[in-house]
Amino acid sequence: MIFKVLFGLFLPALLSAQPTGRELLQKIDANMAAKSTITQSKMIIHGVRQTRTIEAQSWGEGNQKSFTEYLAPERERGTKMLKLDDQLWIYSPGSDRTIQISGHMLRQSMMGSDLSYEDMMDNTRLLEDYDAVVIGNETVDNRDCWIVEMHAKTDEVNYQLRKVWVDKTRYIPLKEELHAKSGQLLKRLELKDITQMGVRWFPRRMIFKDMLRKGDGTEFIIEKIEFDQPIPEYRFTKAALKK
Amino acid sequence: MIRFLLKGLLRDPNRSRLPILVVTAGVTLSVFAYCYINGVLGDMVEFSANYSSGHVKIMTRAYAENKHQVPNDLALLDVSRLRQRLKTDYPEMVFEERINFGGLLDAPDAHGETKKQGVVLGIAADLIHSDSKELDRLNLRNSLRQGRFPETPDEVLLSDEFAHKLGVEPGDRVTLISSTMYGSMSIVNFVVSGTIDFGVQMMDRSGMIADISGIQAALDMDDACGELLGFLPTTHYNDAAALEVETSFNQNYSDGDDVFSPVMIRLRNDSLMAGYFDFMDGVVGIIVSIFILAMSVVLWNTGLIGGLRRYGEVGLRLAMGEGKGHIYRSMIGEAVLIGLTGSALGTLIGLGFSYWLQEVGIDISSVMKDTKMMIPTVFRAHITSTAYYLGFIPGLFSMVLGTLLSGIGIYKRQTASLFKELEN
Repeated sequence: MIFKVLFGLFLPALLSAQPTGRELLQKIDANMAAKSTITQSKMIIHGVRQTRTIEAQSWGEGNQKSFTEYLAPERERGTKMLKLDDQLWIYSPGSDRTIQISGHMLRQSMMGSDLSYEDMMDNTRLLEDYDAVVIGNETVDNRDCWIVEMHAKTDEVNYQLRKVWVDKTRYIPLKEELHAKSGQLLKRLELKDITQMGVRWFPRRMIFKDMLRKGDGTEFIIEKIEFDQPIPEYRFTKAALKK
Repeated sequence: MIRFLLKGLLRDPNRSRLPILVVTAGVTLSVFAYCYINGVLGDMVEFSANYSSGHVKIMTRAYAENKHQVPNDLALLDVSRLRQRLKTDYPEMVFEERINFGGLLDAPDAHGETKKQGVVLGIAADLIHSDSKELDRLNLRNSLRQGRFPETPDEVLLSDEFAHKLGVEPGDRVTLISSTMYGSMSIVNFVVSGTIDFGVQMMDRSGMIADISGIQAALDMDDACGELLGFLPTTHYNDAAALEVETSFNQNYSDGDDVFSPVMIRLRNDSLMAGYFDFMDGVVGIIVSIFILAMSVVLWNTGLIGGLRRYGEVGLRLAMGEGKGHIYRSMIGEAVLIGLTGSALGTLIGLGFSYWLQEVGIDISSVMKDTKMMIPTVFRAHITSTAYYLGFIPGLFSMVLGTLLSGIGIYKRQTASLFKELEN
């Protein structure tokens, strides 16, 4: 009887026992990171003057390789991007040129969206790049969340400080604030339509807001995604850009 | 009294010729110097107007707020309709579309791979239409170093230094990597038709001039432009006329609640030029004041000499019983007539010279051909309303002041010693 009472008293506490930052990052990575992804996506850019929709298909392998082909609108159709390590090439069918983008250009807005080329290419495992500490609890979209503060381990990481609201039961971020080293808030990210895909939970819709830009943010909608599928090696070559 | 004095002056040229000649010469110089300084400094303003500000500039309100960032995403849309309306409302003015842009310029090698790449700063203007005056406005004709001007929308001019840095020559292909006005990446090929010297370090390092239609296509700015520059029909910037246009435009075209409605800013209100105007006013004021002060001293001296030269005449008039006050007043009256005549003649001659220099100008292009400076090559005078009365300040006042001072001596002379003086 006493055991039952004690069990009843401590069960909620046991269920919501605070995990360490490291444990949380491991669980987030298990949901969000993959060996490879093949994605069909739609990006709705809510600019100050008009809303534009850009459709693309992407192939990614870890954090080192990614290839994106733009499908719509007509002006962007056929534009391709290849990322190998920290190098990015863009192929424009109009000029039939393959241009390498580097340095500060990688931090520029991609296609006028609230995402930079670096954001688009980013597929790092959080555990590799950040130290995390749980700093509190909060409710986001009616879900109980841990508030996790993540500090970059090196200067090479895009965002030196990240504040993440992690769903306590599904271990997926529902909200993120991305800061510069100075502490300035650079971007805000909301993750919506969390869906179970096999063993993982994954957001089908993400809303990015670049806090330094005007406009109402960019919706990134994943229409189709395949995880850990084999991708032929030729996909990540410069020759594939002109194909 | 005036007729009497005038007759005296006309019948005794010795009394009036020299003072009138000196006053005329001094006033001519004062008026001409004022118009010339005004013209040269005005030419600098005009150069800036032609290059980037216009006499008035139309932008969207949002663009105007962030104009230093050249935000083409906030550009004017539906420009042809706006221009049509402007043509009806301001028929005497000329409006030209301009786009300032930036990005990367990529020079490919024989295999199409990047050979060299550099940051580019560009200006797009109407270069290829035969009735366009933009080549002259941008002073490009005197700046061409190699090749020729663009003849098609896909041809561009690069700064000579930048072309050298990229290793390209006229006829070579370059690729502009920039953002469309909607933020998408734009990768467009152009052909280098020629190279120019801007004479401005920043532009020489990375400058590019392109035809507006080519850049509109490249940056997805169909019937759009960043700025619409307006030029008054006057040779020099006329702030009063520009203010009138600015006020009426902003009343009729601009909506304070709509950040994308057009707004007009006149040259004087352009933040880059406001300081120059204050500087210009100060410099013109100081230079003209110094010149007029110097002329005043010369003319005052003329009045003084005139008064002293007539020492004997004054003595005789006193001896004949003419009152000291009457002599003093008549001499001042003569000085006024001489000052007025000399000032009027000097103003006329000064304005004549100034008008000639305003219309013809001094062409210094042959002297400047090896100079890497993007500055005006024809200097002109500029006649303003001030020039019509400015010469009367040294001409009239100094002459009268000189006579006033020299005439004081009349009151110091003793009637008793007059005949003794006259004997000498």
